[in-house]
Amino acid sequence: MLWLTCPNCGRRPIDEFAFGGEFPTVPDRITDADDRDIDAIWMFDNVAGITTERWFHHAGCRRWQTVRRNTITDLILEPETDTVY
Amino acid sequence: MNEFVETLLDLTWHEPKSSYDVVIIGGGGHGLATAYYLATRHGITNVAVVESSYIGSGNSGRNTTIIRANYGIPESVRFYQRSLELYSTLEDETGCWIMHATKGLLWLAHTETAMRAERARCMLNTACGAETVMVTPTEAKTICPQLDLSGGGRYPVLGASHHTGAATARHDRVVWAYAQGAMREGVHVLQNTKVTGLLKDGDRVTGVQTANGNIAAGVVLSAVGGNVTTIANYADVRLPVRTHPLQAFVTNGYAQGFGPIISDTELFCYVSQTARGQMLIGAEFDPQPSYSKQSSFNFLQSCSSKVSHLLPFLRQLRILRQWTGICDVSADFSPIMGETGADGLLITTGWGTWGFKAIPAGGSLMAEMIATGTTPELLRPFSLDRFARDHALADQGSTGTR
Repeated sequence: MLWLTCPNCGRRPIDEFAFGGEFPTVPDRITDADDRDIDAIWMFDNVAGITTERWFHHAGCRRWQTVRRNTITDLILEPETDTVY
Repeated sequence: MNEFVETLLDLTWHEPKSSYDVVIIGGGGHGLATAYYLATRHGITNVAVVESSYIGSGNSGRNTTIIRANYGIPESVRFYQRSLELYSTLEDETGCWIMHATKGLLWLAHTETAMRAERARCMLNTACGAETVMVTPTEAKTICPQLDLSGGGRYPVLGASHHTGAATARHDRVVWAYAQGAMREGVHVLQNTKVTGLLKDGDRVTGVQTANGNIAAGVVLSAVGGNVTTIANYADVRLPVRTHPLQAFVTNGYAQGFGPIISDTELFCYVSQTARGQMLIGAEFDPQPSYSKQSSFNFLQSCSSKVSHLLPFLRQLRILRQWTGICDVSADFSPIMGETGADGLLITTGWGTWGFKAIPAGGSLMAEMIATGTTPELLRPFSLDRFARDHALADQGSTGTR
């Protein structure tokens, strides 16, 4: 079970949060403006490793927070290191 | 040891060659089915299937084995209906018993909105050749006597759509049937061979790098599941795919027998009985993208709470086993098959929570595409460039997607 530490509410189970998506990036090698728009809308980095993403605490303080997470281990790196279980 | 395992012991596992006409990355259902149809339908036998672990170790070994065609858009219904038909003749064709059983699927509706959606689905499915009819609660109870029509008081059943052609099959037997059939024709299946990169000549993909050396190829097909982005990154291909974990579990045996497959979009769960008698229960994929195969207790808790509203007898059973697979879920919830934009690299991905049922159609059509160099009519809507052309196929006709 994945847990998140909310800056306002403390350590809460993941069910209370909504995933808001990772920070979108468009690779520099895509130069055409239309292609960059298509990439920004549809394509995902789908990082296997550390990713920076937004989570919304819908069943708690209803605020957004930025989380760094390792998607291979589900280990949360920020705001503080936490274990999965 | 059963009869089926004995026939597998005769398989000759080959030493890798340095070059093949076609190299398929991923020894799951889709990869092996493509190899099988290339060899049997198109006479292309100089083919290698490269698998990082053992065949069927990924999502082909972790799905809930449901075969159905009652999707939400015509393109999908036609494609999955082809698959359903190919599945029903697969035993005769390969000579392998895949435990195929036609059971019918009841898709329950608890609100008027859901009833309208199911009526629309019935009409669309029937028009596209997948027989689906609306049934009343009483008829649903006749089809599945264990059903609690009051839904535990909270989810009354107002009606259901009955997809009569839906079936189940034993997942690893399907994988092995295709592997066996392909290898008999001379296809090489290379297990424990992890692809670590792609060989390139300019922009053209000319083969794969593996931990056991380089293999050159005329065409490379990626039939990889959850780790598809890693392969695509080797060729600088951008994919509209996120990797989400999908969990499922089985209970101990239920001796009375449970006929149909029950599915429910409002409660996001589906139930069927395996050939061993265990009740197999699954739900939607986890909301956060992740490569972790960690199963969770809160999934068990929420899922068993939902299904026991509909099927109260499940409360008396015990949970036996739980597992997780990592699914490649596309941005519009439809698969992606065909060209990638990188020369020499084809892809079949986005199989998210609907990949097992598509194995025969996906495999045979990808084989046709590789052999003829043209895109079959059924595959055309599923190309990767549909996103750039603004022709996304938004289809949430799966219980796994909301």
